[in-house]
Amino acid sequence: MTASLEIRDLSITFGEGPDAVKVLPSVSFSVAPGECFGLVGESGSGKSTVLRCVSLLTTIWSGEVRIDGRDLRGLPLKQRCRLIQMVFQDPYGSLHPRQSVRTTLAEPLRIHGLDDHEGRMKRAMIDVGLPVDFLDRFPHQLSGGQRQRVAIARALILEPALLLLDEPTSALDVSVQAEILNLLARLREERGLTYVMVTHDLAVVDHMCDRFAVMLHGEITEILPREAILGNQATHPYARELIAASLDYEGRA
Amino acid sequence: MTDAAYSPARLPGWLSALRNIFAYLLRSPTSAFGLAVIAILVLTAILAPWIATHDPFTQNLDNVLQPPGNGHLFGTDELGRDIFSRLVYGARITLRIIFLVSVVVGPIGLIVGATAGYVGGWMDAVLMRVTDIFLAFPSLILSLAFVAALGPSLNNAIIAIALTSWPPIARLARAETMTFRKADYIAAARLQGASPMRIILKSIIPMCLPSVAIRLTLNMATVILTAAGLGFLGLGAQPPEPEWGAMIATGRRYMIDSWWLVACPGVAILCVSLAFNLLGDGLRDALDPKQMNRR
Repeated sequence: MTASLEIRDLSITFGEGPDAVKVLPSVSFSVAPGECFGLVGESGSGKSTVLRCVSLLTTIWSGEVRIDGRDLRGLPLKQRCRLIQMVFQDPYGSLHPRQSVRTTLAEPLRIHGLDDHEGRMKRAMIDVGLPVDFLDRFPHQLSGGQRQRVAIARALILEPALLLLDEPTSALDVSVQAEILNLLARLREERGLTYVMVTHDLAVVDHMCDRFAVMLHGEITEILPREAILGNQATHPYARELIAASLDYEGRA
Repeated sequence: MTDAAYSPARLPGWLSALRNIFAYLLRSPTSAFGLAVIAILVLTAILAPWIATHDPFTQNLDNVLQPPGNGHLFGTDELGRDIFSRLVYGARITLRIIFLVSVVVGPIGLIVGATAGYVGGWMDAVLMRVTDIFLAFPSLILSLAFVAALGPSLNNAIIAIALTSWPPIARLARAETMTFRKADYIAAARLQGASPMRIILKSIIPMCLPSVAIRLTLNMATVILTAAGLGFLGLGAQPPEPEWGAMIATGRRYMIDSWWLVACPGVAILCVSLAFNLLGDGLRDALDPKQMNRR
């Protein structure tokens, strides 16, 4: 199962008339089915806001978002949930602290009235590389990486086509980061998922993404293929600066 | 999957959490005292017919206002009834009041507070203004007004106390809800298609429960005092019910010569409300999230 994503003139404006404040001036890009698309940029450049708009956690935007050619706002809630899911940045805040892994995974199944809960939960656990008996653990009994795996399992249990990844590794140890990235890459390969991934880290983009967009002050400065990182083939001055800084840092490290 | 299929796995978790809380409470002397007094109260209420030495309603006009001793542990009242037995049976009334008030107040406060906090907007404004109106009256005065309107009886006193003690719980639940309504796990639940009702019931209320339980326990002392106050004013339990506040009210006339008429129920009220306060304090420490991580 796979889906394309098309965003046209996504913008958020507060107020009206001459005093109006444009928080997100205008964002447009499209992601092909099965592609991994990265969003990079400094803090506050609107990367996560784009994801929150696409997931409709933020609803006050204007513009057009199409999934597989269908208008996002026109989709019924349940259908939308089975198309788009999201993995959050902080695995310590994204799992309900009083729900066991079993409850966390069973809730979406119950909401959508799916059958074979036990089997689906077991498969989800195995898919993300966790032992099945972790189902009865609570989040505080898991490490950060294990929690993020549970969060990924929760996102995938509804079998979405598009996965929004909001800095899925930035809160994790460096050694665990690689594991999670490899897990995400494997799942994409197996299921043909489409990823939109927000990150600070160009090394992550280089490892995961086919193309990426550099954002600044709520606008996309440039959309580049992955290969553009190595030789710094960006044309926009900010994108060049960002990539150069990253290459410089990697070189020294 | 049926509930039965995973309850065996869940039950030990609940039980061990409960056992941990009890162990923690018993470690500190004050909350252990509170727990002990409340355990005694519950046992007394259950075993009242076996503990009481006399029938609490039997009058003996040849034997009125007897001082403690002489076969009557705490003496007799103005109608010759055994005060100890009346206290023992009074424990049942006290527990009934506490239980019924908590059962009504907890869910109402939780649902009003969580809905106001999570939904926000005009719903929040309406629910909180209603809460404010209730909070604007002193609770005893408001319960007095309710009982006066409903007619004096124990059940009406319970209803009146419940009506006046939910607003603080609702406020607390709302404040708690506001702190995590934007949390990622709530956002995740929304992305899974959960309705607001489902999010409130399954995600928000479990998070509010510990602080509400603590607040309810602390509230019980106030409930006991309000019930005693209403009883004292003749608006709660009606004679010959052995309610502690009502016992003090009738004993007041003989207080100068026969101190035991008011002292015994007074000490009982003091002990029980103190015990609930101490237990509430202990629970606050026991249910502290920082403590939760250690379990």
